[in-house]
Amino acid sequence: MSTGSVNLEQCLKCNLCTLVCPMMEVNPDYPGPKKAGPDGERYRLKDPAFFDYALKYCLNCKRCEVACPSDVHIGDMIQSARIKYGSQAKKKGLRGLRDWTLASTDLVGTVSSPVAPLVNGVLGTRPVKAVMDAVLAVDKHRTFPKYSRQKFVSWFRKQDQSAFDRFVTYFHGCYVNYNYPDLGKDFVRLMNAAGYGVHLLNKEKCCGVALMSNGFADKARKQGTVNLDSMRKAVSAGEQVLTTSSTCTFTMRDEYPDVLGLDNSEIRDSLMLATKWLYTKLSAGEIHLNFRKDFKMKVVYHTACHMQKMGWQIYSIALLQMIPGLDLTVLDQNCCGIAGTFGFKKENYGYSQAIGSKLFADVEDSGADIVATDCETCKWQIEMSTGKTVLNPVEILAKAVEF
Amino acid sequence: MQKEYDVIIIGGGITGAATLRDCALRGLSSLLIERGDICDGASGRNHGLLHSGARYAVTDREGAEECIRENRILRRIASNCVEPTEGLFISLPEDGLDYQANFIQKCREAGIDAQAIDPAEALRMEPAINPRIIGAVKVPDAAVDPFRLVDANILDARRHGADILKFTAVTGLVKENGRVIGVRTSKGDVFRAREVVLAAGIWTAGLAREAGVNISMMPSKGSLIIFGHRVAGHVINRCRKPANADILVPGDVVSVLGTTSDKVPIETCDDMHATPQEVELLLREGEQLVPSLAHTRIIRAYAGVRPLVVADPAGDGRNVSRGIVLLDHETRDGVPGLITITGGKLTTARLMAEMATDLVCEKIGSKARCETAARHLPGSEGRKPRFIDPFNIRAAIGRHGEEVARMDFDNGGEIVCECEHVTRAEIAYAVKEFGVRNVSDLRRHTRIGMGTCQGSFCIKKVAEVLAGELGVDPEGLVHDYLQERWKGITPVLWGDTLREAEYMQKVNRNEI
Repeated sequence: MSTGSVNLEQCLKCNLCTLVCPMMEVNPDYPGPKKAGPDGERYRLKDPAFFDYALKYCLNCKRCEVACPSDVHIGDMIQSARIKYGSQAKKKGLRGLRDWTLASTDLVGTVSSPVAPLVNGVLGTRPVKAVMDAVLAVDKHRTFPKYSRQKFVSWFRKQDQSAFDRFVTYFHGCYVNYNYPDLGKDFVRLMNAAGYGVHLLNKEKCCGVALMSNGFADKARKQGTVNLDSMRKAVSAGEQVLTTSSTCTFTMRDEYPDVLGLDNSEIRDSLMLATKWLYTKLSAGEIHLNFRKDFKMKVVYHTACHMQKMGWQIYSIALLQMIPGLDLTVLDQNCCGIAGTFGFKKENYGYSQAIGSKLFADVEDSGADIVATDCETCKWQIEMSTGKTVLNPVEILAKAVEF
Repeated sequence: MQKEYDVIIIGGGITGAATLRDCALRGLSSLLIERGDICDGASGRNHGLLHSGARYAVTDREGAEECIRENRILRRIASNCVEPTEGLFISLPEDGLDYQANFIQKCREAGIDAQAIDPAEALRMEPAINPRIIGAVKVPDAAVDPFRLVDANILDARRHGADILKFTAVTGLVKENGRVIGVRTSKGDVFRAREVVLAAGIWTAGLAREAGVNISMMPSKGSLIIFGHRVAGHVINRCRKPANADILVPGDVVSVLGTTSDKVPIETCDDMHATPQEVELLLREGEQLVPSLAHTRIIRAYAGVRPLVVADPAGDGRNVSRGIVLLDHETRDGVPGLITITGGKLTTARLMAEMATDLVCEKIGSKARCETAARHLPGSEGRKPRFIDPFNIRAAIGRHGEEVARMDFDNGGEIVCECEHVTRAEIAYAVKEFGVRNVSDLRRHTRIGMGTCQGSFCIKKVAEVLAGELGVDPEGLVHDYLQERWKGITPVLWGDTLREAEYMQKVNRNEI
């Protein structure tokens, strides 16, 4: 089903993966990518009892895979092992409830949106944070992303796209839909300005990244199947599927086939981040945007781990560099430490912050107005840990364009 | 002249070790002499297959019955060395199903529970097997770790008072008035015993000749290849007349495919290695069992010698009885004081030991009864620690069972060999319990360097740690070990194995 264990023997034991693992540096309990991946897999194939619960510390950042000179799917192997052997470790009681809640982005978003001010208010209060910390083990330092009163899709339904004759399909993701519709609105405005209408998928579900990392692989597989069916329809209608979240994109492009065993070959090449699409079209002269003359912004770009894995940071960076008046510095590639829902858990908070400390220092020292990144969870982490505002490159572009 | 033992056993393979244990448990004063390390010869160069007897059911009913009896005993007394994987005998279209019908019948006659199962069910149980199968039979085969089994016998014998002399060759048998009364060693010592038992596998013939006794032995070479991980969870056999490369065994964390069977000159037995031609043959046939073997990384190839005793030296060794051969040289050759135990299999070694010890007891007038089938071996006492322990010692628990209680993980929990998760504590244990000389010896008692990197990355560290324990020069340890590993890597030098080997060279020449 999964390809996780297929190429463990290409590992030459060179340990380059160990050198780049952000978790190993801060957590002596984590055996590291080589031991947790190919070394451990040999033993797990003999007896699942060799599964080590310390594998839960893997951030799934895939930096090990980027470093591996033998193309061993180390991160996939660890993810697959957690799914295959970690089920008995599934937490019961309140921590189980917490993991389920953190993983169920769709459901929680749907419930929260209509009562957004209430939820936002309650989640932000000290007593509630203290209770969540003590009872649910959600770290009290964390700020939950605010829920939006109006979902992105509700706004979108009122947008008339019928005037266009060329379309792209937008996978908005949970964050845009429930928490941050402004990013989606910017995306639609940009596409319209470039002469493209926007369609949504026939049916969109959460990409499943939070489900996978919290041990709900079956549910992730079900949701992935729904997403892939919808994307196949869009792609066969000649539309590309664009996104504004690097992690959703990475999950659907790579984790679907490699970890969940879902075949996405028909849509994989048509699924991409909006920044890649925009840069490619703009640089080829196929679309045109009117940039404002008075735009000024000092920006540092943070490469999210999954961007690095896809190798697509070059598109986001090049796109930002096209903006007149934008002063861009690219930061060293360091993990921010949050790794999706990982950093929200009380037991992981210390590791999260220790891993991110190098990045936070770089951000603070940069003197930038804005931090740009393609990942929403990096955004939460950097905003919480540095006090700087973090924007998606698409939002920055929208600010620089004259509509 | 040193003290007189009741019995001296020559040969530190499974037969000698099991005989030593049996003698010790019966209260005989016993000494085992081995020219190299424990498990240095054929006992460490086989499939690691705990036969159900199914393999022999068609041609050798008696052998099959012995196997199934011993199979059941070893599962109980050596539970930590045996992994109850169960086995499948698969039929491909070219094999037909005629053999299968007879095979099941013969298995049942020998008391082996052989169950025909639907090919689809077999593929569900074991997705790795050739999907072209037309039939499958489930039998109680299992995997047995030969290194651990021999070690456990040695430990039990020593803990019951037996003496062990390793790295000491027997250079001659001492005779007095036509009776064998002891042995002379390469170190110039003479040890006296009331009975001397030859249990030296293929090397038995040479020792017997010393005493003027002729045993006609036929060395039959068997080559095997080791794949880097487990491709199948069951022992996979081909359901046809025994042939080359028709058994794949999941041994510990690897897969072992074998064997070939070729008559070889006795002079070659000291330097056995698999040839590229044998590897090619094994692979070609092995792919029929499990197609993914075609692209699974091979770690190394090796060869062992079956100590077959034959009447007809013209055969190829496969049709020769692999039955147990117990020779009472007093009655057979008029040489009292000398007994030979040979033939047999890893699976039946305990029974061989019982037969040999029964004869020893008869000769020296002891009435002690055999207890080896009833008593658990060290590490298999049935109180195996549960997997709640830190990651770095789980592999050690898997290997040594309760023996891990003798390892000081508090002071030696650091992993030295990462492929096989061998810690400093396990190395110290092996040095103390087994008296190793070098890294190859250490490997046999721990699995150090037996993983996919074959020691590329840990050898220098292992050598430093071992040199510290032994007080010797680490450079020499590194050199000897790499030479020995290289022997098994050369015949399989392609693909990932080649990449690893190049890496190994660079690392060890300090180029990386």
